[in-house]
Amino acid sequence: MLQSAQAATGQESEESGFAQELLTFTLGAEEYAIDILKVQEIRGYDAVTTIANAPSFIKGVINLRGTIVPIVDLRIKFAVGAAEYTPFTVVIILNIGGRVVGMVVDAVSDVISLKPEQIRPAPDFASSVDTAYIMGLGALGERMLIVVDIERLMLSSEMALVDEAAQ
Amino acid sequence: MAIDMSQFYQVFFEEAAEHLASMEALLLAIDPGAPDPEEVNALFRAAHSIKGSSGTFGFQDMMEVTHILETMLDRVRKGEAPLTDDMVDASLVAGDVLKNLLAAHKGEESADREAAEAICHRLEALCRALDAPAASAPAPVPPPAMASAELADAPAGTGFDLHFVLAGPSDGWRASLANLVTELQGFGLVEVVAAAREEHPECHLRILSDIAEEPIHGVLDFVVDGASLRIEPLARKADVEEAYGLFDDVAVATDAWRSSDDAYGFFDPLPAIAPAAVAADEAYGFFDESEVASLLARQQAAEPYGFFTELPAVEAAPAVPAVVVQEETAYGFFEPIVAPPAEVPQVAAPVVAHVEPAVQPVAPPPRKPAPKAAGAGDSGSIRVSVEKVDQMINLVGELVITQAMLTQAASNVDPVLFERLINGLAQLERNTRDLQESVMSIRMMPISVVFSRFPRVVRDLSQKLGKHVELKTIGETTEMDKSLVERITDPLTHLVRNSLDHGLETPEKRRAAGKSETGTITLSAYHQSGNIVIEVGDDGAGLNRARILSKARERGMAVSDTMSDQDVWQLIMEPGFSTADQVTEVSGRGVGMDVVKKNISAMGGRIELDSMSGVGTRITVRLPLTLAILDGMSVGVGPETYIIPLGYVMESMQPERGMMKSVSGVERLIQVRGEYLPVVCLHEVFRIQGAITDWSRGIMVVLEADGQSAALFIDQLIGQHQVVIKSLEANYRRVPGVAGATIMGDGRVALILDVPMLVGMARRVMPAAA
Repeated sequence: MLQSAQAATGQESEESGFAQELLTFTLGAEEYAIDILKVQEIRGYDAVTTIANAPSFIKGVINLRGTIVPIVDLRIKFAVGAAEYTPFTVVIILNIGGRVVGMVVDAVSDVISLKPEQIRPAPDFASSVDTAYIMGLGALGERMLIVVDIERLMLSSEMALVDEAAQ
Repeated sequence: MAIDMSQFYQVFFEEAAEHLASMEALLLAIDPGAPDPEEVNALFRAAHSIKGSSGTFGFQDMMEVTHILETMLDRVRKGEAPLTDDMVDASLVAGDVLKNLLAAHKGEESADREAAEAICHRLEALCRALDAPAASAPAPVPPPAMASAELADAPAGTGFDLHFVLAGPSDGWRASLANLVTELQGFGLVEVVAAAREEHPECHLRILSDIAEEPIHGVLDFVVDGASLRIEPLARKADVEEAYGLFDDVAVATDAWRSSDDAYGFFDPLPAIAPAAVAADEAYGFFDESEVASLLARQQAAEPYGFFTELPAVEAAPAVPAVVVQEETAYGFFEPIVAPPAEVPQVAAPVVAHVEPAVQPVAPPPRKPAPKAAGAGDSGSIRVSVEKVDQMINLVGELVITQAMLTQAASNVDPVLFERLINGLAQLERNTRDLQESVMSIRMMPISVVFSRFPRVVRDLSQKLGKHVELKTIGETTEMDKSLVERITDPLTHLVRNSLDHGLETPEKRRAAGKSETGTITLSAYHQSGNIVIEVGDDGAGLNRARILSKARERGMAVSDTMSDQDVWQLIMEPGFSTADQVTEVSGRGVGMDVVKKNISAMGGRIELDSMSGVGTRITVRLPLTLAILDGMSVGVGPETYIIPLGYVMESMQPERGMMKSVSGVERLIQVRGEYLPVVCLHEVFRIQGAITDWSRGIMVVLEADGQSAALFIDQLIGQHQVVIKSLEANYRRVPGVAGATIMGDGRVALILDVPMLVGMARRVMPAAA
């Protein structure tokens, strides 16, 4: 699984041949990066409507200009940071294969571009994020970025966002 | 001036499909023993329209098939041959072939040339069979040929000189001309003065008839290049005729039916032909006033016919005693040439009628379907793509939400100070609701659209299975959402086929059981509390309980003899379940009912089975009326708000202590007017914190779904709204107990409860709680 993910990454970057734009955000002390093309918008955290019998990290659904969008709190999902909701709590709205999903993170940092050679394969390590969803580790000076394959993560069964049949 | 015909293909496809559908419906309805002349005429018209338009668009294959079909129907129409079952069958097959060809032209299927040829032969054989008795009958003596000079010299009468260039490729001209002549013989005598040749494409026909030129126009429009058409009156003294449709009236003349090939030449007669001033190119004829008036009247009344209805606009300049009948096209190629047109109602007595299109290209492009002249008595409908309607519905949905938000925002302001604002908002609410209703009604279609296909299905299948079946349809005008209409067709077809194959017995068995040999399948549709209910019933043998149970055991399903009938019947909707002894072409493979069930639940519907041995089976499909908007009651539980579709709500009440009854020490029943209803606590089902748990402080809402009732315990009633259903599954997953989501006035999301599921839950949860 890991290999295939890396292979896919390698192929993509070879094809594109230039640096990839990534949006970085923090969860607790860790810094993550996701493909910016998957990001639709960034907004504040609004009141959500809870969904009965949903896992705790699914906060509920919001009305995003007429569309019902589920909100996932990655801090709860990955048990990092404090799941507090303040006026500064940020939601990244992702558009993944036509589905719109919001994820709560601690903070959005910036947009960076990484060349393929700056992304190293991730060693098999214990982390809150399953390494299957980690495309690699990006090195940016002193900072280490965990590059996440957000599409795979969000569509995975453990996020419980998609019907079994739809997978 | 080449015109791209392909832009009109879509119109042709739609029109042809409609004509084919109406043809099929007519064929199925027609009684071969005593056909209604109107129906036969309608059949003929449908075939004729398809032929005409397919010819124009250059779909030769379709034209060939329809031509033969039309020829056959024409004879029936004229009463020269009786309609036989064989003809009806052949026509139905021809319809199928045409559908296939049509689909092939659309690029959806590959054309089945063999089938097309086969049906051509079959129809031709039928036509020939008709000829045999016709020949032996005292047929009208073939009229002696007449030289054109004689024709011209013949005594008083009227007629027209027709100059035109045939549409389509030159190799098809001969056939087209033959058709045309046959067609025109319906009006009177036709003489071919000059046939179309490669080097001289213009045809010259002379028709001797007292008919007005409009019907002739109607005929010619299909096959003739409009720009080249000139109709010149031969003579004066036209009797005023009643305005008829294009084909209804055809004063069936003396002509015998002729196969298209021998339709050339000079056909006689005419008691009275005027010494016409047949000038070379422009002939002037004199009409009296009434004739012109009737011409005008006809134009007003003319039925829109196919999509080539090109009604000549008649304009008159009172000063100049001339009526200029000029071809009007929407494309502006043809400039009017004569005189400033003026309004006509009163026309001076002798006027000169004269048809003269301005441009006569030598090899002009085929005629374009031009928009109908104003006031042509259109049916008043327009074709709009579904996407546009859907977009409109979405926008109205947003408008409803915005309006609700405004109303909510204004609820806090001082009603005295902001009286006008509040009045305006009230009006906005009314208007929004009206707008919403009218927009929603655009999408509504009568279910007859679906039902109309079943006579054919039943007919074909009953023949194949050797069963006698009568199909009854009830409530065809019941309207439902277009998207549902499209999606219900396949499951319903399956149910009907199932009833026919498994439900109804063979005639022998029926006789043995003391029933009439003809079985009945009843299709009915009606509205019931916000649902549309469709029933497929048969008076067959009914489901065999013992057999279903034994089959289920064979398949290792958990069943017991004490199961209720309802539960047993549900077994047949399990995947792979079939009780048919043999796998037939029709059914028996065990795929089907489960797919039907899945499709129907995907539409938010439910399926129920009722059956009685020896009496029959009834399958009931319940579907929501529309997928977009519902009337809902908002209720509060703890901090949450939910919507209950109003259609399910029977009543609501504040329970009193004494009403609650306990079973095995758990209070799970409520007594309402002598009935014991199971209680579902929403806060338990959805695990909501902070909800009221004391029975006497909350509210019980009595719900009814699928014939069962239950009481739902909630904290409070909030209000009643019309809500726009939003899909939760678009971005999330299906949630048990939740049918969808909506956006409330304050912009928050509220979940819509899946009442049937909650009611069903009451029955399941109860034993567990006890």
